[in-house]
Amino acid sequence: MGDVLRVGKKQAYQTITQAINNSHPGDSILIENGSYTEPNLLIKHPLHIIGIGFPSVENQDEKEIITIESDSVNITGLLLKNVKVSYINDFAAIKVNGQKHCIISNNQLENTFFGIFLKQSKNCIIRNNQIKGNAKNEMSSGNAIHLWYCKNIQVEENQARNHRDGIYLEFVDNSVVRNNIVENNIRYGLHFMFSDHDEYMGNIFRSNGAGVAVMFSKFIKMQNNQFEFNWGSASYGLLLKDITDSEIINNVFKQNTIAIYMEGANRVDIHKNEFKNNGWAMKIYGSSMYNNINRNNFLNNSFELGVSGRSDSNNFNENYWSSHTGYDLDKDGIADVPYRPVKLFSRIISKIPSTSILMRSLLIDIIDFAEKVNPVLTPDNLKDHRPLMKTIDYDKN
Amino acid sequence: MIKIENLNKAYKKNQVLKDINLELEKNKIIAILGPNGSGKTTLIKSILGLVIPQKGNIIFNGQSVIGEWEYRNKISYLPQIASFPENLKVSELIALVKDIRQQDVEDEHLIQYFKLDEELNKPLRNLSGGTRQKVNMVLAFMLDSPVIILDEPTVGLDPVAISRFKSLLKEEKAKGKLIIFTTHIMSLVQEIADEIIFLLEGDIYFQGSVEELISQNGSSKLESAITNLIEKSHA
Amino acid sequence: MLKILKYSLFDLVRSNWSIAYLTFYLLVSSSILYMNGDLTKSIISMMNVILLLIPLVATVFGAIYMYNSREFSELLLSHPIKRKSIFLGQYFGLAISLSLSFIIGVGLPFIFRGIFGSPQLSNFLVLIGVGLILSFIFSLLSFFVALRFENRIKGFGLSLFIWLFMSIIYDGLLLLILIWFESYPTEKLAIALTLINPIDLGRVLIMLFLDTSALMGYTGAVFYKFFGAWQGILISLSSLLVWLILPLYLLLKYTKRKDF
Repeated sequence: MGDVLRVGKKQAYQTITQAINNSHPGDSILIENGSYTEPNLLIKHPLHIIGIGFPSVENQDEKEIITIESDSVNITGLLLKNVKVSYINDFAAIKVNGQKHCIISNNQLENTFFGIFLKQSKNCIIRNNQIKGNAKNEMSSGNAIHLWYCKNIQVEENQARNHRDGIYLEFVDNSVVRNNIVENNIRYGLHFMFSDHDEYMGNIFRSNGAGVAVMFSKFIKMQNNQFEFNWGSASYGLLLKDITDSEIINNVFKQNTIAIYMEGANRVDIHKNEFKNNGWAMKIYGSSMYNNINRNNFLNNSFELGVSGRSDSNNFNENYWSSHTGYDLDKDGIADVPYRPVKLFSRIISKIPSTSILMRSLLIDIIDFAEKVNPVLTPDNLKDHRPLMKTIDYDKN
Repeated sequence: MIKIENLNKAYKKNQVLKDINLELEKNKIIAILGPNGSGKTTLIKSILGLVIPQKGNIIFNGQSVIGEWEYRNKISYLPQIASFPENLKVSELIALVKDIRQQDVEDEHLIQYFKLDEELNKPLRNLSGGTRQKVNMVLAFMLDSPVIILDEPTVGLDPVAISRFKSLLKEEKAKGKLIIFTTHIMSLVQEIADEIIFLLEGDIYFQGSVEELISQNGSSKLESAITNLIEKSHA
Repeated sequence: MLKILKYSLFDLVRSNWSIAYLTFYLLVSSSILYMNGDLTKSIISMMNVILLLIPLVATVFGAIYMYNSREFSELLLSHPIKRKSIFLGQYFGLAISLSLSFIIGVGLPFIFRGIFGSPQLSNFLVLIGVGLILSFIFSLLSFFVALRFENRIKGFGLSLFIWLFMSIIYDGLLLLILIWFESYPTEKLAIALTLINPIDLGRVLIMLFLDTSALMGYTGAVFYKFFGAWQGILISLSSLLVWLILPLYLLLKYTKRKDF
């Protein structure tokens, strides 16, 4: 165990910079409650930096507050404030440059351009931080948690609000995002780019521009998350773009404009999810193939499914559709007639968006009804062959 | 009192009144007679301003009244069909007419006269046809207008009411009023009319007293005199 | 005019029709509230009911009332009142009595469910406003048609056709036009054509205020930008007013030369 260096008005060190300069690898720096305005805190050897009663720390030029250039650094209990927006540098409250085994936990971040920024790092934990930004638009804002070229990172129990993206992963593999609350971010709650073999579970994504965007990634597991109130003219609960071999299981999608939008998604299993009161439950666009959509509940969505192009290789089975008016004579719990979740009007609207002005008109009800009775224009083979008669109760744990 | 000059009215191609000229003086009861479709109702409605003539003029007390409405203050009208808003009470209907006319009204006497006291608080939809016609009468006679126009006044009335109506007419005439009515009941005409205007296909075919009509057409009864008149016209 | 209005209103609010209409709304809105359990969704469901039924009921009422009061109108015409006053009075009596049934029938259950003090209040008021305007417009149209055509079958037929046209056929034509011009940006055309039909306009207004615009994606944003801005609201209101004022003007002009 190393030494303990104390920082505070009545302590040996008045500033954190002094303490760091006098520390040795493995030391702990305890920072008492107070306000500290410091130059950039560059950490070059393993250290434990611990705040007591959330001392507030700012950079004197409103630039990067803490830069970590050593393995095994812990940072906990700090209130980090005010990092200026820069269009040249990605200034963050805490940046880790190419290191391993860092733990960043229990911090509060306010109005920092980027919050926690990990670059080419491995085996780090980012836990229980509360990060609140002040993002106005996409151009002049950064992400709350930003991971770039990382591996084996755990992001858990954080709260990320009012940034551009809540949690951003680019070239990040084998990492876990768990039990975070991500709200009111102007772009995405959680954003994957070129990241493989990752998992996210138990998160709540609420009122973001879009809940989660998974792009150019594969082998992603998405479980037990809630996607809610991602509502707006370009909003999604979950946006999948060019992703393969992934799983979406046991999630709840509630009141999103489009719960799941997929484009170029292949071999994705969408199981046991609940889609409730969304504008569109799913839109399956552009060469999405071999996806399995089974045993989900579709409840009171304005439109259940929108498709474009050929999407007949997607497989729908044993879902519950609340707008299905089927019957079940043999009482096996499965309706005797297949169900077509694609309404004619949803096809028209996808092709000619201005026709959406006719939404909820009597004419559209009549057209949809006629098409249901005698399908002419909706894809013939896009149907749930075994639609359920009752909602599925799934084990939500 | 009312002067009609060159009155012409056609519904589309159907010429209903052809160049009618008339002078109607007060202190007289005038019966307008004629077969169905002869233009009786159109003539009456022209006087009331319900029908707008294509040509001609109607002069009321020296003033042309085409397109006017104030002159109707001086006229009471009893329409042929007694049809009223179903859910109003008799008393409310009377109040409505009073409200419109804003003039001295003598209704209580008439209500008793036609024995309508008990019906006053009933909605009109619950009244029989005869009772409605009595209400119709009250509405027309309660206003002290110098001109009274009656379209088929006795339809639906029982004999007692008819005799009351007749004496009412005589009383009104005694006040110096001009009373114009149409009817198909010749006995009524013979009994009360001072003058007959007989319309046929939009023309005045005969104008004069009952006696003149009878003597000209060689019959002791008005009914057969009129039948003769019509037959002559077809000859 | 006010005298006639007063009495025709007296007459109409006591009619079985009005009472049935009121009861109908009480039942429908209570059960919609009960089944949805949620004010926003109830407002959407009510929107569907209102857009279908108000024009239809107002059309039927308007024609029935005009035909039933034909003889009484003659009696009124023989009195010293202007024709204008009689027909305006009768029309407003009719429209107000329809509106009363509607407001009370829909209002009571929603008030009971706490619409006042809920964030949905403004949406509810838009719904009520649209309902009222549609009541006035469609009763006026059928009142006019019934006055114009003495033949009841013709009058009813034409009134119902107007209703059918505005409710469904117009939208069909609109859809065909939008499909026809598929390769052009048709958002503005769609807005313009919507402005013409009061039923469509009412529907779009309610929908946009309920934030359904988001469902329509980019197009919805265009629509919202138009109808959500005060110019758009002003233009919408003017269009609805034209639907009232123009037929009223024609009606009054027609009554001047009409024979009774």
